[in-house]
Amino acid sequence: MKILLTVTLFLLSLKTIGQTDSSFIKRTAADTSKLKMNMDAVYNRPFLTMGKFPVAVGGYVEANSSYFGTDGVTDGLSFQIPRLTIFLSSSIKKRIKFLSEIEFEEGGKEIGIEFASMDIELHPLLNLRGGVIMNPIGAFNQNHDGPKWEFIERPFSATTIIPATWSNVGFGLFGKYAVNNFVWAYEAYLTNGFDDKIISNPQNRTWLPASKENPERFDESFNGVPLVTTKTALRHRKIGEIGVSWMGGVYNQFRVDGIVVDKQRRVDLFAIDLNTTIPKAKTYINGEWVWAMVDVPDNYTKEYGSKLRGGFLDIVQPILKRKILGWENSTLNLAFRTEYVDYNVGKFTETETNIADHIFAVVPGISFRPSALTVIRFNYRYHWQTDLLGNPAARTAGIQFGFSTYF
Amino acid sequence: MKKFTLVILAGALTLITACQKLMPPAPKDEDVLAGTIPGLTPEQEKEHLVGDANFGKIFTKEDGLGPIFVQTSCANCHIGNGKGHPSTGLTRFANVNGTIIDNLLNKGGPQLQQHAILGYLPETLPTEANVFSKRIAPAVMGLGYIAALDDQSILNNADPNDLNGDGISGRPNYVNPTNFFIPQPIHIPYNNQYIGRFGKKAEKITIQDQVVFALKQDIGITSDFDTQDLFNYQSGVNTGDGVADPEVSSNFVYGLVFYMRTLKAPARRNINNDDVVAGENLFAKIGCTSCHIPSFTTAQSDISALSNKTFHPYSDFLLHDMGQLLDDSYPEGSANGFEWRTPPLWGLGLAKDSQGGQMFLLHDGRAKTFDEVISFHGGEAASRRTAFNALSQTEKNQLFKFLESL
Ligand code: HEC
Ligand code: HEC
Repeated sequence: MKILLTVTLFLLSLKTIGQTDSSFIKRTAADTSKLKMNMDAVYNRPFLTMGKFPVAVGGYVEANSSYFGTDGVTDGLSFQIPRLTIFLSSSIKKRIKFLSEIEFEEGGKEIGIEFASMDIELHPLLNLRGGVIMNPIGAFNQNHDGPKWEFIERPFSATTIIPATWSNVGFGLFGKYAVNNFVWAYEAYLTNGFDDKIISNPQNRTWLPASKENPERFDESFNGVPLVTTKTALRHRKIGEIGVSWMGGVYNQFRVDGIVVDKQRRVDLFAIDLNTTIPKAKTYINGEWVWAMVDVPDNYTKEYGSKLRGGFLDIVQPILKRKILGWENSTLNLAFRTEYVDYNVGKFTETETNIADHIFAVVPGISFRPSALTVIRFNYRYHWQTDLLGNPAARTAGIQFGFSTYF
Repeated sequence: MKKFTLVILAGALTLITACQKLMPPAPKDEDVLAGTIPGLTPEQEKEHLVGDANFGKIFTKEDGLGPIFVQTSCANCHIGNGKGHPSTGLTRFANVNGTIIDNLLNKGGPQLQQHAILGYLPETLPTEANVFSKRIAPAVMGLGYIAALDDQSILNNADPNDLNGDGISGRPNYVNPTNFFIPQPIHIPYNNQYIGRFGKKAEKITIQDQVVFALKQDIGITSDFDTQDLFNYQSGVNTGDGVADPEVSSNFVYGLVFYMRTLKAPARRNINNDDVVAGENLFAKIGCTSCHIPSFTTAQSDISALSNKTFHPYSDFLLHDMGQLLDDSYPEGSANGFEWRTPPLWGLGLAKDSQGGQMFLLHDGRAKTFDEVISFHGGEAASRRTAFNALSQTEKNQLFKFLESL
């Protein structure tokens, strides 16, 4: 961990040199051409390259303040740095690339390798990837950089059903094929996967992020059965992109020292994501929906659901696109998110009534982008959280203000 | 530029003041079953919060959950401190043969743990069991007042042989104390037994008895007061979970007890409404108050906010013969299958807010309306049911409005 810190600090200091000596350091802007898809998000970021130094550096930071209250109770105003992320990339040889993404969460409380993999291109349709990869389930998990979003909070469905950022050690293939205005892409990986914490955790519900707490998952699979993740996506240059993905595996330890102690219990997620920009109005629409199926033992308590679902829909409308306060080409956007998660789809056997345990939220916001790489955003959130039985919802509202920028 | 900064600053200031306005308002005190009894010191308020966290703690197998259990947390059954839902109900069982009662302690008794941690076999009802008691969780508000009553004020209403001839013959449930029970000045022993006041058949003397029992039998958690873990006799594996016992400290138990003692009594709503007032008069007139006694006054307590306080539970904490329809044949302490403790009626109007929008009343949640509840009142209460049936529909509605105001 210390080494990691030193390396990062060193690289950060290079960046500061870079800002004073522009002939040495070159910024390679993010490629914003419409051919880029969600799966390209890891490379589609601004990097700095330094002379002949073979490594390019980039990163982003998020900082915000928030004031939240639930049913008349508030903890007041607080300030957060939810994450600071550093990327390092290098082209080892033509068509061999390495990229890593290291995240410092909540002011350094947690340091995680979100991504660290080597890509070898054999053919545009056939690339090998190995290392710590981000499982391509939905779009958010791979395309989660703060500066790309007008909203301060990450969507519930993408962080609590799909446990973004969900990355694991593994190998796989990906490829792309373009004809005329269309690009088609696929990804398929085998990685380590979930463990039984997903149904044995203090969240009192089926909670896929609980598996992230197990650091051993980077070392060893919990049960020796790989998690399979596949995604296919289609993009039209002018219309937008649609992606369909599936991730599935076994989460329990069904075998101990070769002895079978339980049946194999599966966890499967299926997601659809899409994004489009309405031509004239330039309205950007982005959404994702996920279903999760978990084989929870019959004799388990009802709190731990076997079917979960949820998603979000973001609408971003640029209202001003011009020089504002001296920034050329800056944009002012209105943004609106609606999101929903149902952690437990089903009925109580005793009463034949629906199991609730869901959250519905709306988030209006304003964002200002002095440049494409930086966003200053203001959000108002309101969400209704209903408990398992469907009792009157707890209402939470919050005002959030903050920025996020690549550096 | 300066102007802009000013605008931003002004905007930020308005925002901060607007914050309060944009936040969801607190529900009225009378509409929720949370909060403390009035008059606690800041230290006591703080201890209440500690207990609150214990009450809400979700136990996992790493914490010692199970290995067999009914639920993973107190709050999962006592949702929002209110009445529970049939989906979290529990089942006790025994073998009764004439006067011989076998709680089947070596067959998994007295309570069924139908859930188990992963990789462990849950219990099923043993074939030897021939009587069963299904119960849903009661609200746990205002229990500190009930615990601070002296035995004499409960005995004052007992009339086991119905000497006053009102058809009601409540009697206390004398039960054997637990090995950690410490008698207080409020307790009056009888043949080394003490009056139970908690539980649906008044089989627990103190809140602590109930809490220690719940930790173990409901959640599979051992404490300093009961250190032996559960295991499933039927599985043929005579070990509990892998966590060292006791799984929680005595302090954890004390925190829970303190929380239970300091939860406020449910507040009433619409007390000045004409129908509510009329309903309350009818409630007394037709004799519901023979058992559902409106008021009591506590004795001296170590928590001064509980000393000499008058409270309104609408209960007598005594056992009553409720007739055949409510007879579950399951004896507990000296209570028979057909005997039940009069449940406090306070908080009744908020029952549906913790039961998923619909009421589930009586010990097992079988009744969904007040009408139904009263139709199940038999035995000693039969004459009151008859009196209720003789009321006009308007009067019945007034009575229901009164119950809803509790
Ligand atoms: C499985 C559901 C369940 C769980 C879990 C549970 N309870 Fe209960 N609780 C009940 C039921 C049912 C009763 C009625 C018991 C009886 O009749 O003996 C009850 C009764 C009580 C009472 C007595 C209330 C009265 O009015 O007599 C208290 C106090 C209590 N519980 C506290 C707790 C605490 C503290 C915990 C956590 C350690 C807990 N309960 C966990 C279901 C539950
Ligand atoms: C003989 C004593 C007695 C009388 C008289 C009596 N009750 Fe009850 N009441 C009980 C007992 C005991 C229960 C609990 C029975 C059970 O849970 O199976 C109960 C339960 C209730 C409940 C349900 C409470 C709950 O939490 O589920 C209501 C409501 C109620 N009574 C209202 C009335 C009304 C109205 C009257 C007058 C018509 C009345 N009672 C008369 C003893 C009595």
